Amino acid sequence: MSLFDGAIIRRAALDSLAKLNPVTLMRNPVIFFTEIISALTSFVAVEDIVQHQPYGFPLVIAIWLWLTVLFATFAEAMAEGRGRARAESLKRARSETMAKLLVDPRDRAIFKLTPASDLCQGDIVLVKAGDIIPSDAEVIEGVASVNESAVTGESAPVVREAGGDRSAVTGGTQLVSDWLVLRITADAGSTFLDRMIALVEGAERRKTPNEIALNILLAGLTLIFLIAVITLVGFGHYSGTSFSIPVLAALLVCLIPTTIGGLLSAIGIAGMDRLVRFNVVATSGRAVEAAGDVDALLLDKTGTITFGNRMASAFFPVSGAAERDLAEACALASLGDDTPEGRSILALARERYNIVPQRSESATVIPFSANTRMSGLDFAGQSYRKGAVDSVLKSLGVEGGAAFAEAATRIGRAGSTPLAVTANGKLLGLIELKDIVKPGIKERFAAMRSMGIRTVMVTGDNRITAAAIAAEAGVDDYIAEATPQNKLDYIRMVQGEGRLVAMCGDGTNDAPALAQADVGVAMQTGTQAAREAGNMVDLDSDPTKLIEIVEIGKQLLITRGALTTFSIANDISKYFAILPAIFVITYPQLSALNVMHLRTPESAILSAVIFNALIIVALVPLALRGVKFRPVGAAALLKRNLLVYGLGGLVAPFAGIKLIDMALGVFNIFS
Amino acid sequence: MLYIALVFALVLGAAFPLGRYMAAIFERRVTWLRPVELGFYRLAGVDETRSMTWQAYAVALLLLSLIHFFLLYGILRLQYYLPFNPQHIAGMSPRLAFNTAASFTTNTNWQAYLPEGQISNGAQMLGLAVHMFLSAAAGIAAAAAVMRAFTASALKSLGNFYVDLTRITLYLLLPITLVAAVLLVVAGCPQTLAPFISGHTLQGGSQTIAIGPVALQEAIKQLGTNGGGFFNANSGHPFENPNAWTNLLENWLLLVIGFALPISFGHMVKETAQGRTLMAAMAIILALGCVGAYAAEAAGNPLHTAAGVARSGGNWEGKEVRFGIPASTTFNVSATGTSTGAVDSFTDSYTPLGGLVPMFLMQLGEVSPGGVGSGFYTVIVFTLLSVFVAGLMVGRTPEYLGKKVQEKEIKLAMLGVLILTLFILAGAGFSLITASGVGSLANTGPHGLSEMLYAWTSATENNGSAFAGLSADTPLLDYGLGAAMLFGRFAFMIPVLAIAGSLAAKPKLPESAGTFPTTGPLFIGLLIGVIIILGGLQFMPADTLGPLAEHFLLHAGKAF
Repeated sequence: MSLFDGAIIRRAALDSLAKLNPVTLMRNPVIFFTEIISALTSFVAVEDIVQHQPYGFPLVIAIWLWLTVLFATFAEAMAEGRGRARAESLKRARSETMAKLLVDPRDRAIFKLTPASDLCQGDIVLVKAGDIIPSDAEVIEGVASVNESAVTGESAPVVREAGGDRSAVTGGTQLVSDWLVLRITADAGSTFLDRMIALVEGAERRKTPNEIALNILLAGLTLIFLIAVITLVGFGHYSGTSFSIPVLAALLVCLIPTTIGGLLSAIGIAGMDRLVRFNVVATSGRAVEAAGDVDALLLDKTGTITFGNRMASAFFPVSGAAERDLAEACALASLGDDTPEGRSILALARERYNIVPQRSESATVIPFSANTRMSGLDFAGQSYRKGAVDSVLKSLGVEGGAAFAEAATRIGRAGSTPLAVTANGKLLGLIELKDIVKPGIKERFAAMRSMGIRTVMVTGDNRITAAAIAAEAGVDDYIAEATPQNKLDYIRMVQGEGRLVAMCGDGTNDAPALAQADVGVAMQTGTQAAREAGNMVDLDSDPTKLIEIVEIGKQLLITRGALTTFSIANDISKYFAILPAIFVITYPQLSALNVMHLRTPESAILSAVIFNALIIVALVPLALRGVKFRPVGAAALLKRNLLVYGLGGLVAPFAGIKLIDMALGVFNIFS
Repeated sequence: MLYIALVFALVLGAAFPLGRYMAAIFERRVTWLRPVELGFYRLAGVDETRSMTWQAYAVALLLLSLIHFFLLYGILRLQYYLPFNPQHIAGMSPRLAFNTAASFTTNTNWQAYLPEGQISNGAQMLGLAVHMFLSAAAGIAAAAAVMRAFTASALKSLGNFYVDLTRITLYLLLPITLVAAVLLVVAGCPQTLAPFISGHTLQGGSQTIAIGPVALQEAIKQLGTNGGGFFNANSGHPFENPNAWTNLLENWLLLVIGFALPISFGHMVKETAQGRTLMAAMAIILALGCVGAYAAEAAGNPLHTAAGVARSGGNWEGKEVRFGIPASTTFNVSATGTSTGAVDSFTDSYTPLGGLVPMFLMQLGEVSPGGVGSGFYTVIVFTLLSVFVAGLMVGRTPEYLGKKVQEKEIKLAMLGVLILTLFILAGAGFSLITASGVGSLANTGPHGLSEMLYAWTSATENNGSAFAGLSADTPLLDYGLGAAMLFGRFAFMIPVLAIAGSLAAKPKLPESAGTFPTTGPLFIGLLIGVIIILGGLQFMPADTLGPLAEHFLLHAGKAF
């Protein structure tokens, strides 16, 4: 979706008018206040028109003050519009469906057709291939594949079955095959889909703690400048100057932080929207903000740090055996092995020695059994086996020798798994199955570290293996032999140090840890319990995303801070534009302060007001897209942003106001 | 310029060891007067082991201030009947006594009265000098309480106000004051309870020369950033400030604790760089002020120059030739930068820009380095605001020294800034509409506006220095400025203590590479920027109509 989608802009333009309603605008103190000032100025302008006074200046100021308000509401409407487009597609999935309500859960033959909207928690329904799942539910019977593209955008069907970690189904998704008996877990109107729609539409948006604090600062500044402008009447009275209401209104609106006030809610909505675009749904803005504050990431080893499966990485022949023979024996032994490990052995043999064995008809596959802990292939009187080192040695009744034992130990220490390989009862050597760390992950962890975030690897492996992989991946700490309990303990310990923790998980036994973590990202494929416990749901079920979620959280806060700094720094230039203009009648000598050499007092005031309004529109793209986040550490980040938004905010309006004044001059306005 | 550098070198050089010593006082590690200290606790029935929440601390501070306010009010009203009144000076009027009591309770030392004629030696000693110790110690105690908020996680207590007050007076203010007083006596300040001296002038007329226990009061007046002179001419009076050496000593005294406090803070939070950073920001603002005022005064008055009546080398009007321009401007800028309010030359006679500098330093909130204690906690308020505004730019909820800055702190900090702004601008703006207010002015035009604005600024910011030229003993100004002083002190201090209480209770988060750095040149620049924009910008319209307008008018050949 482009930033300037025509349909969204048209809709936003209309919405921005509706948002002028003072009752709703009250949520935004600065802009609400600006609206009051605009109304007051308009009143003065109308009065001047009615009384046949010169009305040009009050009228133009009033118009631009209204535009300031309008641009602010437009910014919010734009942000909401982008979320709404997403919500529309979600709503289509929620189209009214009829559910097959089972009268007796044990009898799938008798059901009553009931509208999905009438279902309650605990109802038992049947869904068959082709049916839309009527509501959020838990599978209590059956196995089936479900197309969840309505929610996730991913069209490949996923398997859902009773029991275990894949028992949750989402309302609005479609059953592709087989049948399921479901127990409904959400009342109509509060399903996952409903909540998601409400969130992306911004209807349920509540101000986050940080946003509230910022609003207080902005409201406080508004009051301070209100005092400054009102008391100016007294100082003016003494000095023999009287100020018209439009002039005071212009000064006041230019000084109060309208820029950040106008963009604040747009920044918040856009932050949520960026997450949604990333296929992550946060249940609250608070969670997104907390993501920026996270100090420790708990990452599952499998799938996040390493590729999910172990992969063959090296051959270690015993003395007297050729490596090529070992590779060939490995390949043959794995010919019938359809596991990812088996396929990776074939791939390694092909890559190293171009060995591509063919499976003949007569070959017998010996599958892996927990008893023998070996697997292999028998054909044409030959037998090839691979398996756990101690089992293989025991079955052969031989000792591997010192070199062999040492190699096996070394592989184990490095966090890999050694498999012994035999051909026709003769030990050929070892193959190393390695947990491959994803390329680039180490650099990402280093970037995290530079931002002050500790990465913690969570794995079921033993300590030795875990330590080896942790070192290779460059994580700061690891939890070996992880259980739900020790995960929870670790989170509590880190939180006890005052740090914020983020983690992701999918199983029901992850739920306590997800709930305890400050940011808990549940996988969409996970159980209902996990999804309820976390405060974000990743629709793609990709645990790596935790890193991006943190970055999005930081980006949200940075954008807010950058625009606040910019907005406040703007004030200096406005003084230089407006103060000489309003005092110059009493003290002509004060024109020395008109450093921008603005043409006339009216033009100077109007230029400042126009700049103040236009800067809001000009910054809408930045507010929606967010300030780019760079993982360079706080000190460097501050230096950069302070330079760009602080110094930029100081200087930019001088140029802007001067240009507007020149443009007004071209049209001979107030010259 | 060399003189300015000398003052800074002497002050900053002393601030480091003194700050370290003060941290030890706050942390109860200094005990060389332990028996005396314990004696006081026994006498007052203070349980020194009791720790106070921020509310209890604030209540204790307010209660003590309230009692002393009424005590002082009583002394001033009844001074005629009290001892040590050799001149038989009558009691003050109710409104003047109110104004004076408010002034000395709040460490402002705004003097609407004429010291030589309206206050007795006894009242000076028992009433004023005592308050110069107490109000200064109370300010420092509040600063110590604020410092403690940052020292550890989940603190419930900010310390014990009575213990802090006793220890600060006993170990810090008294020893330095005594040494300084002796030095001043050696240099020629009187210290006597004898009545005024009558003398005969060369022309044959007779003259009464006011004397009294000057040296002691002079020392604490400067050290405690009080500023209430024994004489109306304040530190311009030869008995208060006999020569260039005492001028330097007094200048040193009024700055040293203000600059030592951030250093103490650095020691208390065990990160000395944090203290040095705050000190640097204070010092830079003050240095800019000193250089600015000196440049404005040294440039002289263009009208005098044009008329050929100017003494060479700048504007000498209202300055003591004993001190010269650099020492005079540095003294006055230091005194306004610290809320001391003492003057050795008269700001009213400064060039408009030279007079704007002291006023703007006060409007910034008295942070350079401000009143003893109050300057420090005001800087902390601005530091929290800086951290909040810019801290978001590193992508985390803003935190200062591991304490998160959130809704509550911002609300209270803005409340404080709002109160200061309200009293200065609304007070001056309102006074200028009323006939009574305008009648108090000695001058017309923008210069008159400056006089009124200066008075309200000085009172609200608890500075106490006067622009002079303003007749301040009127009902409007006595009551109005009195209220401004009380609100400027306590309505600011209480939110600050509340902030400290809120921060103290929060966990102290460990520092990491993602933490917003609050040391170094970048943060110093940011802090100064925020102090100027959030603390000073709101006064620009008024300042433009006052000193700035006068400046440009003066250069156009028009004077007031």
